[in-house]
Amino acid sequence: MTSLLSIRDLHVSFDTPRGLLQAVRGVDLDIPAGTSVGIVGESGSGKTVLSRAAMGLLQGKNVQRTGTVVFDGKELTSLPPDEVRNEFGTGMAMIFQDPMTALNPVRRIGSQISEGLRVRLGLSRADAMKRSAELLALVRIPDPQGMLRKFPNQLSGGMRQRVMIAIAIACNPKLLFADEPTTALDVTVQAQILELLSELRAELGMSMVLVTHDLGVVANHTDIVTVMYAGLVVEQAPTRRLFANMKMPYTEALMKSIPRLDQPSGGRMPMIAGRLPDPTAPEPGCPFAPRCPYVVDKCRSSVPPLVTDGDGHSYRCWLPLGGGI
Amino acid sequence: MAGSGKAHLRSDNDVILSVEDITVEFKAAGGKSVKAVSGISLDLIRGETLAIVGESGCGKSTLGKAILQLPRPTSGSVKFDDRELTTLPAEELRNVRPAIQMIFQDPVSSLDPRLTIAKVVEEPLAIWNRGDAAERSRKVDELLNSVGLEPEIVRDRRSYEFSGGQCQRISIARALALEPLLLVCDEPVSALDVSVQAQILNLLQDMKERYGLTLIFISHDLAVVKAVSTRIMVMYLGKICEISGPDDLYARPAHHYTHALVGSVPLPDPNAPRNKATIQGEPPSPVDPPSGCRFRTRCPAATDKCAAEEPQLTEVSLGHYVACHHPR
Repeated sequence: MTSLLSIRDLHVSFDTPRGLLQAVRGVDLDIPAGTSVGIVGESGSGKTVLSRAAMGLLQGKNVQRTGTVVFDGKELTSLPPDEVRNEFGTGMAMIFQDPMTALNPVRRIGSQISEGLRVRLGLSRADAMKRSAELLALVRIPDPQGMLRKFPNQLSGGMRQRVMIAIAIACNPKLLFADEPTTALDVTVQAQILELLSELRAELGMSMVLVTHDLGVVANHTDIVTVMYAGLVVEQAPTRRLFANMKMPYTEALMKSIPRLDQPSGGRMPMIAGRLPDPTAPEPGCPFAPRCPYVVDKCRSSVPPLVTDGDGHSYRCWLPLGGGI
Repeated sequence: MAGSGKAHLRSDNDVILSVEDITVEFKAAGGKSVKAVSGISLDLIRGETLAIVGESGCGKSTLGKAILQLPRPTSGSVKFDDRELTTLPAEELRNVRPAIQMIFQDPVSSLDPRLTIAKVVEEPLAIWNRGDAAERSRKVDELLNSVGLEPEIVRDRRSYEFSGGQCQRISIARALALEPLLLVCDEPVSALDVSVQAQILNLLQDMKERYGLTLIFISHDLAVVKAVSTRIMVMYLGKICEISGPDDLYARPAHHYTHALVGSVPLPDPNAPRNKATIQGEPPSPVDPPSGCRFRTRCPAATDKCAAEEPQLTEVSLGHYVACHHPR
């Protein structure tokens, strides 16, 4: 399978007053064409920085970036910002966690959707509006014509996220980054939006990267899951394989901490004690060691390498659950 | 669903909070008004945790605030610890406030970024002149310790130096400073990572046992409230749909709306059938709610009766009440 996006040994660090903050520490990631890949981790694990870097964003003066990002045959890290920008909309597009702040509050929905169509595809104003209405219908918004005239503050969170999706898919991108697209939404609307994304992916033949902190969200909507911790990929596998056979104690702990409908009431919830290590001062050893229930001496002295078994299941652990290769 | 009635109220000596028929109305554009809470009754027994669950806009936060008289409800009665709050003069109401505290959804913006954490937690004690400076400082350390923070490390820092989970711990410490009887938690974990959610839920359980609290826990997620609640009330467009103990509610949701909420929770299992959105669309506008049962426009079982008649809460099994003409 050819990779639409291929990331090799990507490091991203930020200069901060407290020192160099290492957000992504050597990540390899492939997004095969036509697949949906989930990137899962806690706040601060580097999942959002990884997805922004993969889009060729993050080029500020205080950003140090090494490694390569090849998208659709082009090496993005060496391209000037203007040329990276040419990929946006038609090559890749992004939707964000907070649909309120991502939309412009003083412009009508129709003008916000048609902007990309006019700039990227060179459509006339009338054609762009016509296409915008079609896109609103595509994201299952009732009365698309009426919606074109509305402002974001007139819409609910779920409707705003549908508008964001319409903007993102307007120019038929090959790859859609969805960064926590449902975290700010009600569970009922979350189910609708995830379903919509999966349907659109099938209809339009898009690839998707779904960034989330919730393993429950990726279970039914991805082909491959990558688990990140402290800027490293700690486990990666085809989705069914990962859920059937977790190798990394961190993945298991994340899984157990999901509130479930079948847990007993009145009891305590399983949780991961402690928190992520300080990204400005990484300790030697496995970054999860201080919180890991199975930790041994070796874990504290050296970082385990990412190993891959015969079924394409990678993990980074000295004592993988259920034994190693 | 979405009905009225008081069948679910209990006669127990240990009722700490009793709310009857409260309505909260806001002015809307065009001279109209919105009933965000429309004739809700509920009661809380000392030591209970009542979860209030529903989608955005169902009135759950408004209900929580109305109990605190923020603002006072448009009509109805709120009795707390045998005192009627809705008619209490402002100064007497102020004296009741320490006993009812609230924690909010966004822990970062609910803390003053200019104050040190010690000041944030001390502020309620200072306002109420509890103890001298040394005693207050001791109390702050004790509170920070009890929510799992190291006083020496956090005292002199400010809220922006902390993660969302840590800020929520600080909010909880502040809410507990005046030793309240009732704690209203408005979506206390929705802004947090799943791994941190569990930490905060467990902390609230610990605090409840340690300080003998009664809790109201407002959430849009049925899975989150399962572990912590003793009773769950499901709301839709300002009305109660269903109220029950957690085990019965999850095993046998009687209201079609509750059933849809249960079905919307994403399961961490790729082999589970995908929850084909169990419910379509979004709630209609509360300015002009549907006649009869308010849920009928999205309900798979709706009939003419649902449009004509508002369902009343009726008991379907012991302690399990539902407002529906055609319960599941």
